[in-house]
Amino acid sequence: MATTVQDAQQAEDKGRKFAGIRTKVSSHLSQNEALVFEKSSPGKKGYKLPTLDVPEVDASAVLGGAVRKDAGCLPELSEIEIIRHFTRLSTWNYAIDLGMYPLGSCTMKYNPRVNEFVSRIEGIAEAHPYQPESLSQGALKVIRQLQDCLLDITGMDAITLQPAAGAHGEFTGILLVRAYHQSKGNPRRKILIPDSAHGTNPATAAQCGYEVQNLKSNALGMVDLAALEQMVDEDTAALMLTNPSTIGVFEAEIHKVAEILHAKGALLYMDGANMNALVGKTRPGDFGVDVMHLNLHKTFSTPHGGGGPGSGPVACKKMLEPFLPTPIVEKAPDGSLRFNYDRPQSVGRVRMFYGNFGMFVRALAYILANGPDGLRQTTEDAVLNANYIRKNLEDTLELPFKTPTLHEVCFSDRRQAAKGIKTGDMAKRLIDYGFHPYTVSFPHIVSGALMIEPTESESVEELDLFIDAMKQIAREAEENPELILSAPHATRISRLDEVGAARRPVLRWKPKAE
Amino acid sequence: MRYLPKSPAEREEMLRQIGVESINDLFSTIPAEYRLNRDLCVPRQMAESEIIEYFKAAAAETANGYASFLGAGAYRHYRPVIIDSLVQRGEFLTSYTPYQAEITQGTLQAIFEFQTMICELTGMEIANASMYDGSTGAAEAMMMAVRITGRREVLAAETVHPEYREVMRTYAQHQGLPATRIGYGVDGRIDMGQLAEKLNEDTACVVVQSPNFFGIVEDIPAIAELTHSKGAMLIVSIAEAVSLGIMRPPAEADIVSMEAQSFGVALSYGGPYCGVIASKEKYLRQMPGRLCGETTDSEGRRGFVLTLATREQHIRREKATSNICTNQALVALMATIFLTVYGKEGIRELALQNLAKAQYAAQALSGAPGVKLLFAGTPRFHEFVLQTEESADELSARLLEHKIIGGLSLKKWYPELGNATLWCATELNKREEIDRAAVVVTAQAETISNAQQARSTTYNNKSFSGICF
Repeated sequence: MATTVQDAQQAEDKGRKFAGIRTKVSSHLSQNEALVFEKSSPGKKGYKLPTLDVPEVDASAVLGGAVRKDAGCLPELSEIEIIRHFTRLSTWNYAIDLGMYPLGSCTMKYNPRVNEFVSRIEGIAEAHPYQPESLSQGALKVIRQLQDCLLDITGMDAITLQPAAGAHGEFTGILLVRAYHQSKGNPRRKILIPDSAHGTNPATAAQCGYEVQNLKSNALGMVDLAALEQMVDEDTAALMLTNPSTIGVFEAEIHKVAEILHAKGALLYMDGANMNALVGKTRPGDFGVDVMHLNLHKTFSTPHGGGGPGSGPVACKKMLEPFLPTPIVEKAPDGSLRFNYDRPQSVGRVRMFYGNFGMFVRALAYILANGPDGLRQTTEDAVLNANYIRKNLEDTLELPFKTPTLHEVCFSDRRQAAKGIKTGDMAKRLIDYGFHPYTVSFPHIVSGALMIEPTESESVEELDLFIDAMKQIAREAEENPELILSAPHATRISRLDEVGAARRPVLRWKPKAE
Repeated sequence: MRYLPKSPAEREEMLRQIGVESINDLFSTIPAEYRLNRDLCVPRQMAESEIIEYFKAAAAETANGYASFLGAGAYRHYRPVIIDSLVQRGEFLTSYTPYQAEITQGTLQAIFEFQTMICELTGMEIANASMYDGSTGAAEAMMMAVRITGRREVLAAETVHPEYREVMRTYAQHQGLPATRIGYGVDGRIDMGQLAEKLNEDTACVVVQSPNFFGIVEDIPAIAELTHSKGAMLIVSIAEAVSLGIMRPPAEADIVSMEAQSFGVALSYGGPYCGVIASKEKYLRQMPGRLCGETTDSEGRRGFVLTLATREQHIRREKATSNICTNQALVALMATIFLTVYGKEGIRELALQNLAKAQYAAQALSGAPGVKLLFAGTPRFHEFVLQTEESADELSARLLEHKIIGGLSLKKWYPELGNATLWCATELNKREEIDRAAVVVTAQAETISNAQQARSTTYNNKSFSGICF
């Protein structure tokens, strides 16, 4: 039964041959808001400093020629205007808090609010990284506890929490690989990377001074063992493998992959982006992985925040431990915790201080909220949700690989492309139905990929709305492709001129010339 | 589990629809020998109240209630309340990287505003949407300069934050980039003679920090002139962003790498913070990280998009300018809000207060015999180095007894400075606590002088501190 709201939408869509019923959304006022600089006027203030309790100084006398004349075009606004400015901007965003965010390989799960709360407790938020270790025991315990949890979850022997994000973790992990080979006399020359890999993998290998060799996937979208065996030689430092792969498939012969590499002295690096499919069910350390990174902002629920911050711990086997970045946390003879900087074989520091500590707090809060049973149930629900979507959409969308999948499912736009509708177009239309698009055109081994990862955070109701929306879009593709090609229709702005943006880059606001 | 929105019956029904008997059937592709058949060894599931208790207990075992004079790359500034009110809005907090511009205009416009503010403050023409932090930003800036110049060697001032230099070394060594350290002079500034000597045709860049690790203001125009005369690029690293409120922008630099933690970001035991790289526009194509640009939609309305992605890993893979993907977007938003709150006048007033507090503290703390303010004649912002007869550890231990965390010992990095400590005073350090610290520092200095004459006992020492408190 169409409701009044839906009737209104149908009316709004009138004149179009077919328009689906958008059950999840209706239109809502959206406030306009200029740039903060355009709202500024001289003399307004949003701050009040405490009264200065020491003698004033003359900046010119103290700083001489280095003194600044004025702070340029920084805005001047009152507090209420600042609140409204950023609140209005916020309403232009889609977010997990508003609904399903099915970006494949991004693991957009619920970000628990208790995580935010505990990260702001005074002794945690105000802790200075150089305060004495004797006054940092609480912080060190959080680090140690999180490390212990992550080590058991991954089945590895040693860990560093220093890397600031997944790609930074990859960088650290490959440096460990390099240092290990170097300690055996030769850093080796190349890193193998499957064609289904995230772009960060080859970029990382290059940043660590390695040559990248692409490894083709087989017909099932998995590692081609025969091809691997041919490619691996004494000059291969490692294979960087995402498991489950970017199409959600567990590498069933992962142990053979590890054997082939190990036989030539090469190592197996695992990109842990898809760890949400494995936690509590299987452990990389048990199936032959030598070194891997985790994304606390994916698997362990720390917020994406519009692009960061993240945190990318790196876990490894015993033989790589001596090379971990300095410092590491260790137990002193008196039972207290301390940093050890005396690590002669270390690859060095990859970041100042100890990493994104605030994210450690949040990730640990998530682990504590779940416990072993909750973590396992989370993984199971994530896989259940993805398979539910797969089952319900496999008649609507082309499923290029029939292999069973875990936490995500990758379709192709082949059927719709025949009508001129590409994955990116359907993604834009999905916005009109009240969802964030899935991952578009990735991985590259699938032509016109629609990569969908619902995570465990979606209810049956939300999943059904999503499935229904995708089916309606598929129908629109048949009956009224123009509607999709010009989507989104319900957003405050329509598709933006990206080519123009790149050709004539405008990367900052400038005051109008007087 | 309270985060999971499904009933047991719903799970059963979903399994039935999928056509499997049990959930484990969906994991059948994992070989049996690698399936985990036990519970993970993590603490048992906790209630929200228990989680809060756990972290409160941890927080109680930190430096709560201490007056602190620590800086050295992580600065204590007041964080206006509205920063957390705003960044905790779910629409900012739980949104992804704004690749889908139509439904992420909020994040995109805020990034555009951030980029503009950074340009204004640094005197650069373009700024990216953030890097992880100041240390990795400096390393990325160095590699950017290597790409632009086609040269290999990197010269870094010894007065750049030692941990920044460690990170730069980690990045440089595997690229095979020769890295050379340039010492400092008696004024605490980079040794220009040594710099002139080391600059050569293979120098890609010179990296300096200003205010430098000792809090000293470097002479950027002079360093730039010398650096450019050899065709090398100048990278200016800024660890204390608030200094820009009162210090002229390093406009002569080619690249500025900044840590924006001071702009409203909690200390949080060292992270997350917010790096950012700014540069001249001509280096745009070599800039690492995300960039947000202004454009229009099909109806001519202004909008913002992530742009020039052909530099980035997801397009260019191994040929990308950096492997960075996730950055520090939400922290950059904190900085943007902070700069909006303080604005053009406030940032200057704030920086002036910091300058005044540090001037006062430097004078108060170095008043006694046996305590020396190093590099005293050179302009500095809000940090200063004290040299004492007493070792840094002894001094620190005594201050801690008075619930004061004193300056950071420099022994590990600058043993040549003897018993040196790096102090910082910001707008949050009250005069009373500066005076209190000064009494403790001075007391011992005088006691040591006395001790040398009279070999006075600890009893004497104790009674002295009794008088002060």
